[in-house]
Amino acid sequence: MDDLEIIAEKIVSQAMPGEEVEAFVAWDEETSIRIYNGAIENLSKSQSSGVGIRIVSNHRQGFAWAGTLDPSAVEFAMAEARDNASFATEDEYLGLGTPDDVAPKDLDLWRDDLSSHSTDEKVSLALELESAVKNSDKRIKSVESANYGDVSSTATVLTNTGMKASYRQTFSFISAYAIAVENDETQTGGGYSVGRTLSELDLDKAASDATRRATRLLGASKPPSARMTVLFDPQVTTTLLAIISGTLSGEAVIKGRSLFAGRLNEQVASATVSLVDDPTNPFAFGASVFDAEGYASRSNSLIADGVLQGFLYDTYSARRAGVSTTASAVRGGFSSTPGVGARALYLTPGTKSQPELIESIENGVLVQNISGVHSGVNPISGDFSVGAEGLLIKSGKLGSPVKEFTIASSLQRMLQEVVAVGNDVEWIPSVAAGVSLVVEGISLSGI
Amino acid sequence: MISQEVVQKVLAAAVSRGGEFAEIFAEDKKSSSAAFDDGKVEELSSGISRGAGIRVVVGDTTGFAHTADLSEAGLMRAAEAARSVALSAGSGTKTVALEPGTEHLLPKDILLPSQVGKKEKIELLQQMNHVARSTSGSIKQVSAGYGDSHRRILVANTDGVFATDEQVRTRIAVSVVAFGDTGMQTGYETAAFTMGFEMFEDVDIEELASLAANRAVRKLSARPAPSGTLPVVLQGGSGGILFHEACGHGLEADHIIKDSSVYKGKVGELVASPLITLVDDGTVQRQWGTAKIDDEGRPSQRNILIKDGVLTDYMWDELRARKSNRASSGNGRRQSYQHLPMVRMTNTYLLEGSEKPETIIENTRHGVYVARLGGGQVNTATGDFVFGMTEAYLIEDGEITEPLRDANLIGNGPEVLKNIDAVADDFSITPGTCGKDGQSVPVGCGQATVRIKEVTIGGTANG
Repeated sequence: MDDLEIIAEKIVSQAMPGEEVEAFVAWDEETSIRIYNGAIENLSKSQSSGVGIRIVSNHRQGFAWAGTLDPSAVEFAMAEARDNASFATEDEYLGLGTPDDVAPKDLDLWRDDLSSHSTDEKVSLALELESAVKNSDKRIKSVESANYGDVSSTATVLTNTGMKASYRQTFSFISAYAIAVENDETQTGGGYSVGRTLSELDLDKAASDATRRATRLLGASKPPSARMTVLFDPQVTTTLLAIISGTLSGEAVIKGRSLFAGRLNEQVASATVSLVDDPTNPFAFGASVFDAEGYASRSNSLIADGVLQGFLYDTYSARRAGVSTTASAVRGGFSSTPGVGARALYLTPGTKSQPELIESIENGVLVQNISGVHSGVNPISGDFSVGAEGLLIKSGKLGSPVKEFTIASSLQRMLQEVVAVGNDVEWIPSVAAGVSLVVEGISLSGI
Repeated sequence: MISQEVVQKVLAAAVSRGGEFAEIFAEDKKSSSAAFDDGKVEELSSGISRGAGIRVVVGDTTGFAHTADLSEAGLMRAAEAARSVALSAGSGTKTVALEPGTEHLLPKDILLPSQVGKKEKIELLQQMNHVARSTSGSIKQVSAGYGDSHRRILVANTDGVFATDEQVRTRIAVSVVAFGDTGMQTGYETAAFTMGFEMFEDVDIEELASLAANRAVRKLSARPAPSGTLPVVLQGGSGGILFHEACGHGLEADHIIKDSSVYKGKVGELVASPLITLVDDGTVQRQWGTAKIDDEGRPSQRNILIKDGVLTDYMWDELRARKSNRASSGNGRRQSYQHLPMVRMTNTYLLEGSEKPETIIENTRHGVYVARLGGGQVNTATGDFVFGMTEAYLIEDGEITEPLRDANLIGNGPEVLKNIDAVADDFSITPGTCGKDGQSVPVGCGQATVRIKEVTIGGTANG
């Protein structure tokens, strides 16, 4: 990490009078293993690093990046960032952040022992997962892939306006994708487990999820069209929350792209809904001590008992909105500038488990997967229409599997029609935690 | 980028502990982009990346490592890491004979990204913003983006391939938000080609901006889409992505070999309506998915996948082809030197037919006309797909009538192929980005106006 700081300091020290300079320097080490049919299909080990340089001068911003720490490439990025700034439109709100008084929390997101595990151990884990899935059920014909992956990443953000943050984290996962066949019909299902090192992975869960999700869809048919209650599996809720988070971005509000603009303190959801973005929760996949601009992460309440509490902001959008940053700057890596985003959303859980929620539904459908989210959900208008598959619920019991149907509503209406949140919060590698969610009045179209 | 001598040494080292195939892929890429949003030139970005990926194949196992250090020592370290999958001690002496391929030169009339001022690039965006905003008073927000890349690649392998290429790509896009009594609606348009800035001699950016703006405005008065099973007419060039997603992916040899495609074992069988001929073609002049060689150094090809409804072949990369004892079809592609190549499409399209698009619409009593499909998703193992319609209209008594709000098409690829009952003569290709296993590559998708006898429409809520 010291090396990154040295490189960042060298970049920032080249600031010319009147220039604000930010250096973001990142280093990753990755292992990726794919198993197929009892043998290693791919094994990849690599390190990568790079730098992103942001320069603000006379309220104009320029950016450039280099996918290497090679001095000539870093020099290129510095010169280009400076040149790019001269072409941007002047904007009085532009400028790098300055330190605030929120102290960083001590989050334990790094596991020293990850690097001590041999590649062979990691290969064995993936092999074991593949055979666990294969032997779990006669209908599992093959496992398309069983994977192990880990990443150790460190990053430094440094500016000449006083921001300084270094952070690191490890992440490890296993996943399997099962193919089930019965009576000439094929269905697929995936399962995974994530943690910060090998010992935190739950192989049984990954294997049984893949098997269950693939086999329980066998024999699925197209359901008749109807309006009904939908129970979303935790993973699907994660996807929904990730979409909703975009509408709660202060940047979207400012630019007239949020359907929640101007609705602060209004009832935007049913009273069952309380939504928080808390990247200081170490269980969250998106947890981090600092945001991408170097501010200490903090917990932000977005919706409380259905009432809209606030939006997420980075430095720029906060200045424009006349508020303080919520430390919600995120970046896709060194090759992009920070933008506003949620990192660790979760719905305040209810009291019932998924089986108990099923018991409470007279006529509905448990949705296990949704597809076509990018095309079928318009986060600006709120229109929502996606493909789905899952199991019918009749008189409080799971019934026959269904597929090739769509569910449609609008984001606004779905939030208002949430009738229950499960107690099964699950931290998923995404910006949001999963939890079972019951929503009424969704149009289901099949036959 | 790297001398032939160093390449030879590195490849020999890569297979020195065993292994039947090794490859080095080096890449030097500069890219730049400009973003205009909210009335401002918001951001110009420039990037540089340079490095090499080395793979070693031992039986069914591939070892891979990449490095940003293109020196001989750096490459040797990567070769050592990649060969760690080879367990035998090996003799350490293996010579690799390389046969340098044709040198691929850029067209003489190309305007390289580096030869064009940043101001000129920005002006395109400002112009699109201006045109979109003056289309209608209900336009509330406009964002526009420009991007270019200049990529040089070198690929060499132990089979003797030694190939280089230089690829220049340029794209522009505009996205518009309109606001009315019914809320907000959006419109999007893009143009992208494997060419330099000279692309703007042919691409009418004002037309793109007004198309996007008009789309957003029209949708303000759109009615909810009907739900249920209906005939769907896809406008020429609007829906090639459906065939890319719902059929193309299932014809990739990696899915076939792993038994995760509905098309496995179907070569020679009738898998589509006899009106269908599906082609994957990396040689179409200047299209987004075009390149002179693929990322394994093999010249691009035009491959017929389905001819008159009969499945003729799959798409192959080097690895899958070796396993099946045949030649690659030039479909080995990768996002960057940091990624392993796999079977990918280039420009995938349905050949046009003979009918007039107007006739097809006239012959449809009640259905949906899709003028623009959005993104989609497919499960290759089952063929099930979902696609968004981002511009669609009702067809009533053979005429296009009211605009419809965004909704999804849902169905099964093989079934849709069988259900096509009309193909028109107005072929065109649209650019897109294809994602597979976490890697993105530029592709083209094309088709003429076609009618699908029946497909499920997801419907908008209340529909």
